[in-house]
Amino acid sequence: MSGIEVKNVYKIFGARDASQRALELLRGGAGKAEVLEKTRCNVGLNDVSLSIGSGQIFVIMGLSGSGKSTLVRHFNRLIEPTVGDILIDGKDVLKLSDNGLRDLRRYGVSMVFQSFGLLPHQTVLNNAAYALVTRGEKKAAAHTSAREWLGKVGLAGYADHYPDELSGGMRQRVGLARALAANTDVLLMDEAFSALDPLIRTEMQDQLLELQATLKKTIVFITHDLDEALRIGNQIAILRDGRLIQCGTPDDILHRPADDYVRRFVERRAGTTH
Amino acid sequence: MGSPFLHLSIADWVNDQVAAFVQRYGDAFHNFSVLMLRDMLVPLESLLRATPPIVVLAAVGLLGWHASRRVGVALLFVALLWLIGSFGLWDKLMQTFALMMVATLISVVLGVPLGILAASSSTLRRVLLPVLDVMQTLPSFVYLIPVLMLFGLGKVPAILATVVYALPPLIRLTDLGIRHVDAEIVEAARAFGTTRMQLLFGVQLPLARPSIMAGINQTTMMALSMVVIASMIGSRGLGEDVLAGIQTLDVGKGTQAGVAIVILAIVIDRISQGYGQGRRTRGLARKSKQPSRIPFRRVREQESEGTDAAKAGELTGKLNSEPAK
Repeated sequence: MSGIEVKNVYKIFGARDASQRALELLRGGAGKAEVLEKTRCNVGLNDVSLSIGSGQIFVIMGLSGSGKSTLVRHFNRLIEPTVGDILIDGKDVLKLSDNGLRDLRRYGVSMVFQSFGLLPHQTVLNNAAYALVTRGEKKAAAHTSAREWLGKVGLAGYADHYPDELSGGMRQRVGLARALAANTDVLLMDEAFSALDPLIRTEMQDQLLELQATLKKTIVFITHDLDEALRIGNQIAILRDGRLIQCGTPDDILHRPADDYVRRFVERRAGTTH
Repeated sequence: MGSPFLHLSIADWVNDQVAAFVQRYGDAFHNFSVLMLRDMLVPLESLLRATPPIVVLAAVGLLGWHASRRVGVALLFVALLWLIGSFGLWDKLMQTFALMMVATLISVVLGVPLGILAASSSTLRRVLLPVLDVMQTLPSFVYLIPVLMLFGLGKVPAILATVVYALPPLIRLTDLGIRHVDAEIVEAARAFGTTRMQLLFGVQLPLARPSIMAGINQTTMMALSMVVIASMIGSRGLGEDVLAGIQTLDVGKGTQAGVAIVILAIVIDRISQGYGQGRRTRGLARKSKQPSRIPFRRVREQESEGTDAAKAGELTGKLNSEPAK
């Protein structure tokens, strides 16, 4: 089982020399708006440090532009940080060679995407088996495993359909089956349920919790919905403009908000009964 | 009042360069020309001309049906080609077709890999695009004179001129198709640890296929449009008749051959377009009567009932199911 360490990660989008200046400004205490004004660089992450324990669902929350999608893509290096360290199970992800990175993506970390990321020219079964076939497993074995996982997410009869014949919720379940079939220790979910309607979303959350009870993966879950975070998270981290505002249990967030920003988040849902 | 222009000329320099080039490399090019003729063009042309027309017509009919899945379209192709034969132009049609096929084949072999490389390298693209611009707009005769000096008159310079003209659309459209593959799908594939080859062959090429097939389609059309110029520098075929028609003011003869060229173009265009879309898209597009935005779908018998059942089952039965189409 793998824990994830994030140590002082900065991510700045812009030209190289401008990024260096932006970095110095950030280290001096400037905020995102000031850096944008002075260097025309967009700050993705600003000195983020986290510790994600293994076997738990860790929710990273924030509004658009807070850096949450940027951060989750650091774990499989779809995005490289400007400075900082990221360790998965004690190994520095940033120092991996190309082969090492490929192995990490094939055997260590799998991902579910907000817009599903399915191959439209392949059947549901081939999509679910994609991770296995990519890493070289025999097709027959891969298909058996894929069918099993499609069954577990409730899509047993749809193996020979194509993604465009399915609804959004079903497509996301294919994405989930694909990620789970890879049998990795770490699962990244980038706003996986944000594109679904409220009923399906609740169903998928239940399904995830049910699967997690047996699988005990390290799940990093990105969302902008506090209700979702409180429902499924063991730990919640709140980001704003690239900075980490608060990190704690759902109880901490609800009853001991670190500042006004978090308090406003909590108060907005005060009307809903839980 | 002096003119603002200097007196510049590159003509002399170009002449010297061409003369030197021809002297030095003339033999090598001649050998290459003989090779191409002997091993590619002449066998293909002989094969096509020797095959009984009925066999060719039947083959075209089958190909047309397989590409479009409609018997009517296939029969139309056969009828149109039969018409060309009835004009007495069958032999010339086969010659033109052989020339065009070789030119298209060379273009595809060169163009698709170059397009793939250009899609992954911005530097290459920046260097390549001006070259393609020149290839498409520089009048053929400008570079044909040196080419004729190197190869002599005949089929090989004709193919060369055709390739130079027909290659750029394929490179551009391949590059475009690959660059416009949905970035999120590429990201998802990378997240599962694909190598570059796996990404290219498993994701990018299949999804860029409509664009690449459009490129091949355009290449064949451009190749056909070069037929008359090709005959001016010595190739045989339908262009000969058009040329003879122009030179002897025999408008009728020229028109007849011109119609034959157009018919050949239409048949090849429809067949290659048929292979451009997957069968699934065609079936769906026909059903929905709307341009399909989805690159790949396959028609199945219970498709409409299946889709409705799937979506109805997904929701908790609160909606009314649509009647099966």
